[in-house]
Amino acid sequence: MPGALPTVLWLVPAVPLAGFLLNGVLALVRPRATRTVSVIGVGVLVLAAGAAGAAVVAFARLHDPAPLVVRAWEWLSVGELHVDLALQLDPLSAVMILVVTGVGTLIHIFSVGYMHDDPGYARYFAYLNLFVFFMLLLVLGASFPVMFVGWEGVGLCSYLLIGFWFNEKINADAGKKAFIVNRIGDVGFLLAMLVIFQQTGSLDFTRVFAQAPGAFPAGGAAVTAAALLLFLGCAGKSAQIPLYTWLPDAMQGPTPVSALIHAATMVTAGVYLVARCNVLFALAPVASATVAGIGAVTALFAATIALKQWDIKRVLAYSTVSQLGYMFLGVGTGAYAGGIFHLATHACFKALLFLGAGSVIHAMHQAYHATHTHDDAQDMRNMGGLARHLPWTATLMWIATLALAGIPPLSGFFSKDEILGAAFAEATVRPVWYLFWALGMAAALLTAFYMTRLMLYTFHGPNRTGEREQALLREAPQIMTGPLVVLGALTVLAGALNLPRLLGGGALLERWLAPVLAVAQRLHPAIELPRAAQWALVAGAVAVAATGILTALRFLHPEALVPARLAPPETGLGRVLWKKWYVDELYDAVIVRPVMWLSRELLWKVIDVRLLDGLLVNGTAAVSRAIGWAGSRLETGEVGVYVVVFVLGVLAVLGAAVR
Amino acid sequence: MYRDLVLTALLVWPLLAGGVVLLLPTRWAKHVALVASLVEFAMAVPLWWTFAPAGGMQFLLDVPWISGWGIRYTVGVDGISLFMVLLTTFLVPLTVLGSYRYITTHERAFYALLLVLTAGMLGVFVALDLFLFYVMWEVMLIPMYFIIGVWGGENRLYAAIKFFIYTFFGSLLMLVAILALVMLEGRRTGVYSFSYDYLLMHAGGLGPVAFWLFGAFFLAFAIKVPMVPFHTWLPDAHVEAPTAGSVLLAGILLKMGTYGFLRFALPFFPQAGLAPAVQTAIVALALVGIVYGGLVAMVQPDFKKLIAYSSVAHLGFVVLGIWALTLQSVQGALMVMINHGLSTGALFFLVGMLYERRHSRLLDAFGGIAKVVPLFAAGLTVVSLSSIGLPATNGFIGEFLVLVGTFRTYPVPAAIAATGVLIAAMYLLPALQRVLYNPLDKRENEKLPDLSARELAVLVPLIACIVWIGVYPQPILRRMEPSAARFIQTVRVAPPGPILPPAPSGGAGAGGAAGAAAP
Repeated sequence: MPGALPTVLWLVPAVPLAGFLLNGVLALVRPRATRTVSVIGVGVLVLAAGAAGAAVVAFARLHDPAPLVVRAWEWLSVGELHVDLALQLDPLSAVMILVVTGVGTLIHIFSVGYMHDDPGYARYFAYLNLFVFFMLLLVLGASFPVMFVGWEGVGLCSYLLIGFWFNEKINADAGKKAFIVNRIGDVGFLLAMLVIFQQTGSLDFTRVFAQAPGAFPAGGAAVTAAALLLFLGCAGKSAQIPLYTWLPDAMQGPTPVSALIHAATMVTAGVYLVARCNVLFALAPVASATVAGIGAVTALFAATIALKQWDIKRVLAYSTVSQLGYMFLGVGTGAYAGGIFHLATHACFKALLFLGAGSVIHAMHQAYHATHTHDDAQDMRNMGGLARHLPWTATLMWIATLALAGIPPLSGFFSKDEILGAAFAEATVRPVWYLFWALGMAAALLTAFYMTRLMLYTFHGPNRTGEREQALLREAPQIMTGPLVVLGALTVLAGALNLPRLLGGGALLERWLAPVLAVAQRLHPAIELPRAAQWALVAGAVAVAATGILTALRFLHPEALVPARLAPPETGLGRVLWKKWYVDELYDAVIVRPVMWLSRELLWKVIDVRLLDGLLVNGTAAVSRAIGWAGSRLETGEVGVYVVVFVLGVLAVLGAAVR
Repeated sequence: MYRDLVLTALLVWPLLAGGVVLLLPTRWAKHVALVASLVEFAMAVPLWWTFAPAGGMQFLLDVPWISGWGIRYTVGVDGISLFMVLLTTFLVPLTVLGSYRYITTHERAFYALLLVLTAGMLGVFVALDLFLFYVMWEVMLIPMYFIIGVWGGENRLYAAIKFFIYTFFGSLLMLVAILALVMLEGRRTGVYSFSYDYLLMHAGGLGPVAFWLFGAFFLAFAIKVPMVPFHTWLPDAHVEAPTAGSVLLAGILLKMGTYGFLRFALPFFPQAGLAPAVQTAIVALALVGIVYGGLVAMVQPDFKKLIAYSSVAHLGFVVLGIWALTLQSVQGALMVMINHGLSTGALFFLVGMLYERRHSRLLDAFGGIAKVVPLFAAGLTVVSLSSIGLPATNGFIGEFLVLVGTFRTYPVPAAIAATGVLIAAMYLLPALQRVLYNPLDKRENEKLPDLSARELAVLVPLIACIVWIGVYPQPILRRMEPSAARFIQTVRVAPPGPILPPAPSGGAGAGGAAGAAAP
């Protein structure tokens, strides 16, 4: 097997790429071939997942945790710069490819049911396959530039899939916004590569991380700049303050896309990047603190917005932003394994929540479609009591909700608790972490509250969909509920991946990742709290989650809601939250419109057209023409005039000569 | 045999073919031109394999021409000009094919001029005698003037004259500088020669006058690139030119400016070109080009103008890379020159295809057409992505190398240039949206035909190159590396000397204008 490992590893991204090419051709020439498209689209994911599994098993059997680098060809080599197109399998990328192909397969299967009647079915699967290819390249790339190919590639697929139904402007706008905001972050990534190459003379992960402790003085300006620039990239890709605004808008895409790209995989790429560069971040305490701080603030900030959203997917979107904040709090604290753990569990339960929401929207949409109603199929005010019609979806989404809220023994409890525990432990050395921990706890309270709100308004109380529609609400077909059940099982069980030692577990994931994190651990050892303190933290976290859920159950009244079109406008703080703290409006007024105005009115119309072209270029031409005209006026053909001019000229020359 | 004559054959063949086109019936013109340009390309392709990367100037032919004045016919290519020759011969057949429906009047004259233009463009890249270079520079200028002025849009005369006078002004300055250079060298060494090698070897001893000569060369090339603030002829020329004109203008003609920097301006006068004040001014102008060109592109309502301004931004990367003088930045600049030719060429083809269907280039005349013309939409998307430098397309390779290399010399300018990557997304993605996406709300667009086989034949080779260079650029990089290294060495080893005379404003541009009078 070890001999075949490189080939198998290449198959992992290559098979989805082949799926993209095949489905892409079909999308252009035979868009109606849905059966073939489904077989290819889902088949390549199953194969990729199989290859990933086989590769990870073979890697584990090597008992050599050193990264296995497999080179395809020399990609970019000029002078000292040398970049191969190479993949790297190590414990960290192993976890990532399992998450991506595993959750990816389930979401592809779900998509077969969800997108079945869409005229762009083939195009959809082509993009989705392409996304998986780029995502695998991102996590398997053995150097910064190869990772960057995946990094921008997933952004491209995100752009294409958010704007999938491109004939509506709002969708196309959302896709464009996602791409451009991500590009702001990508400039950071690009600049970070320049700094890293300048300092270490390489861009390969193995060489950079081996040389980093020598090449970068700990806490120095260069490594801090590199780490902060990398984090700017993460803030774009993983929707952190100040670049998070694209993610809620990204909900314009088909719901399985939201589950795969905007919850489970792509948006976690930033967390992966920080974990991958743990050596750099461990060398840059200021950058790490920034990561943790931004993560904690984002976690709370996004959670406040989620409190007042009515669109079921927007609640989940802000919840994702908030949970990504937790992951950054984790990796910024130095709990890289904890961050990756939360990444994995979140991938399961958030994918489940999104696909569940997809199942709800599917049912709502079918009902409205049958009665030719144009109400909003995603507005929770139009739902209510759906548990009676969609029992599977409701049950499974409750499991995911409790996991997200952090109720034991579901997976989210373990992973979130690990991050908050690590933050609290760090605070004993660096007190600012008390603040980060408190922000995280506050966000946990709000999380439990808004998720319970979502479930109450969607599934319980009286139905508000409409009388005729109510009779038409149906549970989704098995091809959609099947993946939900699998994700539900994972949501329950994934905690076992990294059961903490406090509860008698073996911290499996932590031990698996230890070789990747060894240098960072040495530079920045984790702090162990006394057992009593650990128990107190666990109890506190559970109490906070329970409080959030119980408060929501006690104070929210689904029976008092009215359908969206009858709802009164929001007022006061509720309106501010519903309007997302007016951040989009702020960015628009402070950045977007001034730049556009400056470019159009000043740079183009004044400087380019009037000044450079008008005054200087055409002005020169006009002056030449005027001189020419004046000259031609002198050519009157009258001898007398010529004589006068001649005499004047002679006098002038003589005068000059005499003097 | 091939090695000695190929370059000359590449220059003579299109001239002959152009003559034949004029003689044959009109309806044959385009077919003959297509076959001739394909033969031309076929003759050039073996250069790829027979070129020896470490071999310096090769495929040389050197014969006396006007012996009394030290003028010779000398041609040859190195790793810098090789790819310009290949790019030119590759693009010309595509422009012929792309003009099949666009050009409906005076067909014979059009295709004959196109072939003459081909000879002129190739001549500029292979000439190793400054007199020959100057002649070729003018040979290239005149057909383009007619292509814009006769087959262009409504305002074609204004654009053509502006293009001509602007470029001609620069080339006259260059002529004066060439003559001055030959005279000064002749007076100093006793040998009056226009030979590139000879002048290069002896140009070091010129003293302060080198500054003015550099200024004249620089101005001629900067107009051609074009660098801000000499760029305003470009949007007009592009908007008015027929598709073939725009493609060759952007794809090849602009590169003659940066090629001139690489071949003449900097190697001849390194002390002047690298004097701190001059260097600062040029790097600043390159950055202005990147940022300003991008921002102005963003607000253009006309798709062709948008692409024209985007060219200003892309060429800013080239100038930046050249002046940063590291192996990565110079090779990056060469890659951007190739990539811009492919990607912007393809963009002009695509816009031309839209124009043939709707007789409009305004972004707002379209909207939502991806639904009607999916093949066109796929093509425009891929090409736009390459133009904004998406990794795994050619655009990324060049810009990344320029940034990596520039950062080592000028960290802050490199950081500013990196924002150009963001600005590129800000001007092309909205354009893409306004054309392809959004509601399909104009009735004229509901029945647009998708790409024809002929149009696919134009685009597919370009897209294939876009992906190929993005994924496996090493064969190209390997071939250009020794020449790029030699360029850097030539420029670097020049002894530092007292260069800057008390210039009136310190700006190279102002100095160049005055320099014309100096000798």
